Amino acid sequence: MTVKTRQQANLLLLLFPATAWLIVFFILPVIIVLLYSFLERGTYGGVTWIFTLSNYQRLFSGLFWGVIGRSIWLAFLTTVACLLVGYPLAFFIATRSPRWRNALLLLVIIPFWTNFLVRTYAWIILLRSEGVVNTALQSLHIITEPLNLLFTPFAVAIGLIYGYLPFMVLPLYSSIERFNFSLVEAAQDLGANDIRTFWRVFLPLTTRGIVAGSILVFVPAVGAFITPDILGGSKTMMVGNLIQNQFFKARDWPFGSALSMLLTVIVLIPVLSYFRVSDKTQS
Amino acid sequence: MTKLDLRVRAIGNKWLWIQATLAFAFLYLPILILIIYSFNTSKFNAVWRGFTLDWYRSLFSDAGTLGIVSSSSAGIWTALNNSLLIAVISTLLATIFGTAIALALERFHFPGRKTVETLVFLPIIMPEITIGISLLVFFTLIFRIVENLTGIHLNLGLPTVIIGHVTFNISFVTITVRARLAELDPILEQAAFDLGANEWRTFWRITLPLIWPGIFSGALLAFTLSLDDFVVTFFTTGVGSMTLPLFVYGMIKFAVTPAINAISTLMLLASLLLVVSSLRVKKS
Repeated sequence: MTVKTRQQANLLLLLFPATAWLIVFFILPVIIVLLYSFLERGTYGGVTWIFTLSNYQRLFSGLFWGVIGRSIWLAFLTTVACLLVGYPLAFFIATRSPRWRNALLLLVIIPFWTNFLVRTYAWIILLRSEGVVNTALQSLHIITEPLNLLFTPFAVAIGLIYGYLPFMVLPLYSSIERFNFSLVEAAQDLGANDIRTFWRVFLPLTTRGIVAGSILVFVPAVGAFITPDILGGSKTMMVGNLIQNQFFKARDWPFGSALSMLLTVIVLIPVLSYFRVSDKTQS
Repeated sequence: MTKLDLRVRAIGNKWLWIQATLAFAFLYLPILILIIYSFNTSKFNAVWRGFTLDWYRSLFSDAGTLGIVSSSSAGIWTALNNSLLIAVISTLLATIFGTAIALALERFHFPGRKTVETLVFLPIIMPEITIGISLLVFFTLIFRIVENLTGIHLNLGLPTVIIGHVTFNISFVTITVRARLAELDPILEQAAFDLGANEWRTFWRITLPLIWPGIFSGALLAFTLSLDDFVVTFFTTGVGSMTLPLFVYGMIKFAVTPAINAISTLMLLASLLLVVSSLRVKKS
């Protein structure tokens, strides 16, 4: 065996397991879902092998714009909120001394490593009628009746922001940490004040982190399932809940598949455009 | 700098501190309240009625079923066992596959490299529910075909959950190991080749020890993600494969008691331990 063929054999050996696995258990299932979205539903759930466009017609008929629109809107709101909270936080951490920086980063990462269900459940304790927030407000005589905070879009939004804030902070921190602060000196030597320096010099150079963080928040938020399920109840459904509902309760697998494909498309658009743009800026 | 600029800077600094404190409070208060109320005697109220360990004790009685009547009668300890089993097996497989792919992508140039890269990257960006649903659809179809062809009736259960976990964990391991590989200077491996070692020898004696922290980090990440996973597990699980997150979910939806706080606190402690150990590894 020549060196080259042995190298090629090694390469194939390394590539094969993971690639085969992902094709069989990731790509193939998604293709089957795509296929199912064009079929008719079966009597006891599952599918009947009859081709139809009715699932997509139903999807775009307007009945579900509420849920789909709410998902995109909540995800967008969450992204903006995480940006507004996360940017100053990332700036704060990046401008501390190295020893503090690592400790503070750790403090941001720890919630990220804990169970998402548990973190979301904490908000039930806070927001329910006999919960901490209501009890506190009542004992301070700010309100007399408990506020209805749980199972509202507000609760879902808070849960999403809480869950995904670390995803925003980390890329922002990465971007800010790389910033060359001598540029600030240069700008100020040229006469700019702090605010001007921030808007015209600092902010534009952290765009990379902003975009990365936004995608890392928006994508899981739009497909969120746990948060709206636990904090939203049946009144605040998002696409993820609707999909689960179709598969388990309504037993309309083809329609659920169509929803799933729609979610995939909604998610792929920002991600693919990010890659296209970042490829361009790199070359 | 003008006086105005100095004022702006001082105010800006003050607000920065305030904002950071509020942000950290936002991140940690819910968790702290969760932990504190796991010791509260009162079942529902937010009012503190007294310190108790009863909720923790209830985890150990009735085989940990915590009063939930379910078809599988699985208690919390069965769920934890399943979670650990799934995590160990899926981490093992994902780490082997992920490390292999990371080596292929970092050390070789071949046509289709970009495609493989994208393939490995996709499971991370796809929403978990899409992965879960597609696996559910996939497995039920396969099971129906197998039953039609051989009469063997397969069901969703531990193996399907494990397959699901491996599927999304490969990507995380790959990214972690690749990051570590990229830091390595290929000159070390080059030197080994020049000295006459073949690929396997070089790999075992040079590359592997050097990337070991990356492999370990990746494995730890995969292990944590597997233990914590809910969505993919939810759609690929069957009777008899209750996992810890599924159990907690059941309690949250159907039997809310501070026992959930107790379980949560223990889970938080476990996560903290994992974070600390992953940092220890990174330091070495």
